[in-house]
Amino acid sequence: MDSLLIPRGVQRTTFGRFLLWLLPWSALLLVGLYAIYLCLIEGLYHTNMDNRFAFGIWIFLDLTVIALGAGAFFTGFLLYILRRTELKAVINSAVIIGLICYSGAVLVLMVDVGQPLRAWFTFWHPNTHSMLTEVTFCLTCYLIVLLIEYIPIVLKNRQLRQIPKFLVFEFQLHKLMPVFAGIGTLLSFFHQGSLGGLFGVLRGRPFAFREELGIWPSTFFLFVISAAAAGPSFIMLTTRLAEAVTRKRLVRDDVYRFLGRVSGIMLIAYVLLKTVDTLIWINSTSPGSGFPAFEFYATRSFGTWILFTEIVLFGLLPALVLLSDRMRRNRRVLFTAGALVCCGVLLNRFVMTIQTLALPTLPFDAFLTYLPSWEEVAAFLFVIAYGMILYSVTYRYATVFPQEKELSMARADAAEAPAPSFPRRPSFVTALIDRFASSKL
Amino acid sequence: MVIDLDRCNGCGACAVACAVENNVPPAHQQANTRNAVSLMNVSAVSNHEQFPAGDTAYIPMFCQQCENETPCMTVCPQNAVDVDPVTGIVGQVPQRCLGCRYCMTACPYHARTFNWRDPEWTDGMKAQLNPAVAPRMRGVVEKCNFCHGRLHAAREKAAAAGRNEIDPADYVPACVASCPTNAITFGDLNDEESDVCRLSKSDGAFRFLARLGTEPKVYYHTTKPWVRALAERSLTRTRQEEFHG
Repeated sequence: MDSLLIPRGVQRTTFGRFLLWLLPWSALLLVGLYAIYLCLIEGLYHTNMDNRFAFGIWIFLDLTVIALGAGAFFTGFLLYILRRTELKAVINSAVIIGLICYSGAVLVLMVDVGQPLRAWFTFWHPNTHSMLTEVTFCLTCYLIVLLIEYIPIVLKNRQLRQIPKFLVFEFQLHKLMPVFAGIGTLLSFFHQGSLGGLFGVLRGRPFAFREELGIWPSTFFLFVISAAAAGPSFIMLTTRLAEAVTRKRLVRDDVYRFLGRVSGIMLIAYVLLKTVDTLIWINSTSPGSGFPAFEFYATRSFGTWILFTEIVLFGLLPALVLLSDRMRRNRRVLFTAGALVCCGVLLNRFVMTIQTLALPTLPFDAFLTYLPSWEEVAAFLFVIAYGMILYSVTYRYATVFPQEKELSMARADAAEAPAPSFPRRPSFVTALIDRFASSKL
Repeated sequence: MVIDLDRCNGCGACAVACAVENNVPPAHQQANTRNAVSLMNVSAVSNHEQFPAGDTAYIPMFCQQCENETPCMTVCPQNAVDVDPVTGIVGQVPQRCLGCRYCMTACPYHARTFNWRDPEWTDGMKAQLNPAVAPRMRGVVEKCNFCHGRLHAAREKAAAAGRNEIDPADYVPACVASCPTNAITFGDLNDEESDVCRLSKSDGAFRFLARLGTEPKVYYHTTKPWVRALAERSLTRTRQEEFHG
């Protein structure tokens, strides 16, 4: 029964081994579910958040996964709007990653708020001046767009395609994809930016407060660009992870290199703007609020090293690597640079959320520390487990990587071909396969 | 409102009166100063000098009723925070609050508090609840609103007497009424004749974090230069303050 659902022309592990793979994730899912139950039913006192640390690990990681999930909108934009057809190889994966990141973030937000049943109030009594209103509207709409984009991936399943109505529906949806990609890009632009604006508008938190450009603080634009830089890198890393787990080639190397180049271009733009923004903040915005910027870095744990790490180690360095064609041809260097980009966005979101709240504002305030409770960690692990399960099931039963079949056939051909009697130059594909086969993952 | 820090002896009567007036539930036995519901906190600050130069001041801190771009009001996604255009008081609508706590992040004075637990009163205490103020449920944010229950009562009294304006003597928040040293003066800052207006413009009057530009409507007053310097953040923070406050 299971084999009838697996796409033709690709190899999948046995059903038993697949269930074994899902087992630890399901266990993690159950632990997370219990933690969520405690927080929802008994109250948020199960977390280590308090009146001073009103946002904790959930908001920090929500902001991070939404930035990493930006690969969905940015890949869609490049493929459907700018017609970069090489990205067809990863668009399905990008949509699934986006769906996991966004749905996971919304789920955690629903646990994080004190009265989740009142979430609809934001649509009924919206405060149009609040960045959170913009985030809520755009996030909800974009999640719907992602679900619509996910449907054709599911409907491409071998058995579902035999139902004529599904086939027609999937075909029609596919024709509309550029429209959804456009809507998704617009919505993503606004909510990625609004997430940055959430902190940039905080006049009462001089560490996060930034000058306005038009009607938005500068963090609005910095978040959009950093998400556009991190998204492609995350797609690159998750695809590589899928290759490592399945022990197969899923996309060609030129796709990785293209994703790396896009990430590099966006990242160098981000680093330049972030540097200018930081200089303006140090010299004007922060002292104007009565807080010399050096005070924020006077505490031991959050020294200036954090600024250096964010802008240089996780910004300038991977940007220069990813912009070099020679560097991108080295897979190890390419993936390391991609990982640094993702670390950079993680650190930036940490600084904007956790560091902002840890720093004192009143003259008799203390520098505060916060360590998440096991319930907070488990609730977030729930999202990771849910993501792994959804991705694994979709990968098994749908065509996530269109190049997988071609690459596996090329590999099979190479294995079956008789050994050449004289040395000759290997083709590009066989050279890649040889390199892959020789490198143990 | 103007608080004379030279008169405040840190007794905490204002905080107790506030809790009783506003039906703040008793803290859970596992609660601490960072997660218990408290609309008013009194902090002790020192000039770190040895006797006889050593001195301590007590600073009551609660919602400072920001006038300009009220940080909590502008960020609330569902209009659960409002500013009364007549009185200028920043109000909170717990029945509409989502509990996202964005307003708490936005408040520079940490004057907002979240109900992390279900409120619980013992039977005896239930009988003493103030019927003019609705208790808040778990999962919502609350803060000082200058005892809106007392404001409503004063308005009702004025309406019954056929007056449009309330008598200032009828509306005094619980903290003001309970202060044994008369350190807190309350009134209309726009009324040039009032004591509160005169004190807010006197020498030694200041506002915390004034340079943020939120124009708080709570003033403090002191004749002690070191307290003033602390408030204006011109004193170097000591290592002890960095880590323990």
